[in-house]
Amino acid sequence: MDFQFIVRVSPMFVKGAWLTVSLAFWGLVLSLTIGLFCALVRYWRWPVISRLAGVYIELARNTPLMIQLFFLYYGLPRLGVLLEGRTCAIVGLAFLGGGYMAEAIRGGLTAVSRGQIEAGLSIGFKRFDLLRYVILPQALAVSLPAITATCIFLIKETSVFSIVALPDLMYVAKDLLKEGHSTESNLLLVLSYLVIILPVSLVFGYLERRVRFAGFGD
Amino acid sequence: MSPNDQVILKITDLKKRFDQTDVLNGISLDVRQGEVTVIIGPSGCGKSTLLRCLNGLEPINSGQIELNGQLLTAPGTDWSTVRQKIGMVFQNYELFPHLNVINNILLGPMKVQKRPRAEALAEAESWLDRVGLKDRALSYPRQLSGGQKQRVAIVRALCMAPEIMLFDEVTASLDPEMVREVLDVMLNLAKGGLTMLIVTHEMAFAKAVADRIIFMDDGLIVEQANPEDFFNHPESERAQRFLNIFQFGRVHRDKN
Repeated sequence: MDFQFIVRVSPMFVKGAWLTVSLAFWGLVLSLTIGLFCALVRYWRWPVISRLAGVYIELARNTPLMIQLFFLYYGLPRLGVLLEGRTCAIVGLAFLGGGYMAEAIRGGLTAVSRGQIEAGLSIGFKRFDLLRYVILPQALAVSLPAITATCIFLIKETSVFSIVALPDLMYVAKDLLKEGHSTESNLLLVLSYLVIILPVSLVFGYLERRVRFAGFGD
Repeated sequence: MSPNDQVILKITDLKKRFDQTDVLNGISLDVRQGEVTVIIGPSGCGKSTLLRCLNGLEPINSGQIELNGQLLTAPGTDWSTVRQKIGMVFQNYELFPHLNVINNILLGPMKVQKRPRAEALAEAESWLDRVGLKDRALSYPRQLSGGQKQRVAIVRALCMAPEIMLFDEVTASLDPEMVREVLDVMLNLAKGGLTMLIVTHEMAFAKAVADRIIFMDDGLIVEQANPEDFFNHPESERAQRFLNIFQFGRVHRDKN
């Protein structure tokens, strides 16, 4: 183990990790937004737009992120749309994640019983407030494990961003592998991802324990 | 208090069909202010469906419903406003599992009626006290017994200050010893002059609480009478047959 090497390259990993975190953060925020929107549209069966959301969800979930990124980075410029690497990465991750989040949230929405909805209606709630105060709190509690899994999956998926020339963690490690020191580089790479993802896991685990009320039934 | 003459709810020739099955075949019924009306009848006779039609949880096929002169069956009815005037208590309680008792009760008054928290809270606590659950205000529904949940559900509906309350087989999911605590709450509400429309299978309770018994079968009102007359001398053959279900003759065993 070459500790001098580790000390020398650590700042590069920190920089790469920071890029990975910031791209993942925005990707996750957008994924959740898109996912919530698509899930609601499907839940309420809005005509046309619900079908479109269905097509999008299948497209997002059944194509690899790498191909989606190639399309954004190399395909779109031919159509006259030039996106920089960061934008491609965030848009790509949001496109992929939106599909997964939509299904995760929809599962929770359908778990809220008809009786709960009727109880909400019977005290005079209209559609939006019914969603906000009765349906969503219960639905998200049920969806939380699936949302957690998707978040972790998406953070790991950021490791393909190096193909659009972004100096993220994977890019830094691949660069160093060319210099040799593969053991140290790989170790730092694994540790970096662990440091990023483990807190996410723990926070979501804590949230899941907080919302155990969704044992449902009665 | 005895019911006065003012009709608060007027149902005229109400019909309801599920797919090919006729559930309500022309129900006409007037409910007066302060009156306790108990609807009984065999399973599937349409009594629960009738209640659900009254606050718009089931769309109807024809007929009219009027609440204090407002025609609810007219197109463009604002059900959100109407439902605040018609309280509903369900068989399975349907408390919101993510909220504690007090927040279950306050949700409607604060988020729908936009009443100030202090005022709504004072009313909620006073009702909780009256149903014997003041010390459970911060409990979650999963920590309560069935009877406690149902009493909270009644308070939740009452705190919307409804003009009439609908009770849909509210003791049907309860163990016998919990049935009593819920029925006692309802008896007290009846004494207090609340207008109530109750669907139940508890015959002794119906006899005690009702100003009027409605007997339904096959989506029709077959008979209506005051409880003494109905339970002692039911007129229709169907009502007689129904009441016989609740009677048991003494078994005489041969002892050889």
